[in-house]
Amino acid sequence: MQKLLSGNAFVFGNNVDTDQIYPGRFVEFTDVEDVAKYAMFGSDPDFTKKVKKGDFIVAGTNFGCGSSREHAAITLKAVGVGAIIAESFARIFYRNAINLGLPLIICPNISKLIQANDTLSLDLQSGTIRRERELIATVEPMSEYVLNILENGGIKSLIRHQLEAENNV
Amino acid sequence: MHAIEKLLAKKAGKASVKTGEIINCEVDMAGINDLYLQTLRSFFEMGGKRVHDPSRVIMFLDHYAPASTITQASNQKQFREFCWDQGIDLLMDIDQGVCHQVLADKGLAYPGEIVVITDSHTTTHGAFGAFGTGVGATDLAIILATGKLWFRVPPIIKINFEGKLPKGVYAKDAILHAIGALGADYAVYKAVEFGGSMLPHLSISERMALCNMSTEMGAKASYIQPDEITMAFLKEKVTRPYEIYHTDADFEYADEVTFDVSKLKPQLAAPSSVDNVYDLSQFIGRHIDQAYLGSCTGGRAEDIGIAAHILHGKKVASRTRFVIVPASKGVLLEAMEKGYVKTLVEAGATFVTPGCAACLGTHEGMIASGETCITTTNRNFPGRMGDTKAEIFLGSPAAVAAAALMGEIVDSTLYM
Repeated sequence: MQKLLSGNAFVFGNNVDTDQIYPGRFVEFTDVEDVAKYAMFGSDPDFTKKVKKGDFIVAGTNFGCGSSREHAAITLKAVGVGAIIAESFARIFYRNAINLGLPLIICPNISKLIQANDTLSLDLQSGTIRRERELIATVEPMSEYVLNILENGGIKSLIRHQLEAENNV
Repeated sequence: MHAIEKLLAKKAGKASVKTGEIINCEVDMAGINDLYLQTLRSFFEMGGKRVHDPSRVIMFLDHYAPASTITQASNQKQFREFCWDQGIDLLMDIDQGVCHQVLADKGLAYPGEIVVITDSHTTTHGAFGAFGTGVGATDLAIILATGKLWFRVPPIIKINFEGKLPKGVYAKDAILHAIGALGADYAVYKAVEFGGSMLPHLSISERMALCNMSTEMGAKASYIQPDEITMAFLKEKVTRPYEIYHTDADFEYADEVTFDVSKLKPQLAAPSSVDNVYDLSQFIGRHIDQAYLGSCTGGRAEDIGIAAHILHGKKVASRTRFVIVPASKGVLLEAMEKGYVKTLVEAGATFVTPGCAACLGTHEGMIASGETCITTTNRNFPGRMGDTKAEIFLGSPAAVAAAALMGEIVDSTLYM
């Protein structure tokens, strides 16, 4: 896992739901290349043209509420979003993103501290968020359980190792 | 401990658990629906070969029942083949209906169970004293491979509804009122127990609607303590052994809120969030292009019966369409036996195959830009049932049926 991330901020509001992140009518697509075409399509159909690898999504409370669709996390990771910083996350989205190895950072008031297109850096080790050199916030460290999943590049490789170990016993 | 904590402790093989602790639990029933082929992909990507326990896996072809595109057909084909290859007998094909209703109809939702489905509304099964929670595709694949999943023991809050609902006001109104007051993120990461003197008056159908909608306040799971009504429902259906847990008298809830529902009026969640809730009376006269009755929230036989009562011998308004989607095959059969289907078809309603249909904006009742829909479903996000410039109001089955009759939002209590 890359510990120091930097990129531009795309700012969204509260209760950004999974239909805004990835509309229901595209859920039948399952290949990553197809899923990547519709990131944030319900909220900003041009998002995929603007976002660059490593950019951040910054949002208010309850980001990712609504459906269990993993497409919502898959599409944001696939277009290169480096991390999502929000005031809170809906729980299924949180699990889906961490399982895929996409870091989610909980930071109170962040949607008021950051403007669209601010250039941010995020140090996952120290939990610091900076705009240029200015320290914007220091967030609570992630739980060991979550950090372990991220450091292994997502939960699939952890389970793969577990299954291999069981088969070799 | 709370009943939910005792249930989780048992499934984790521990004597006790505490809030915030991460535990690994045996999952009694893992459900996959046809939106998430990724579940099978993740299973194989993790090196999965054989499903850990096929008797605890259930496959639902419900969201795309029947397939409307070649891609959907291809996905469903792969699910069927996976079931046949892996010895999964519980393949609920396109004739069966929405996962949560099918689980209840077949006696596979019961007290003390951990049920995990790739569907956010799995909280529905709290109505039976089960711990039901929704997950994504990869989490479900972990259960396929190992039979277990990790959970963080949630803080538990209690929402009390006191009093008896007035005539023409339903559990859907009560839960919309609560979500409006508390907010769409009130219960994120938490479990919600519903209690209060309203509960003994509620049928299983209405309890399911209540628990179903707890998802819309962010809840991880919900819970209603099983009582005589629960047991009467389960008696004929459940064949698997189960255990009812009880909350200790000294248990302290993380939060407790009480709503008096004895004078509650019909409620509507207005566009475009579920917590944007007002008295229905504020929207009287708003033209309705499509009334929609269906889904795991509001598509049960009781709901269809309310619509049949309102539309008996009458006609759906001329510039309004009324789409009805029975939640399951069992619901459709009951609605046929009771004559609801005949009444409603004669009134001009359009019946759709049991399943999720337009609730998630994929097929069978999509709405166009500039149209307004009133629906018994659970979400009114922009674009949820079609175009992002369509407006969606969420209400009770009576509010929806009365709007279908009059072609506009009306005080549904006058039509009961």
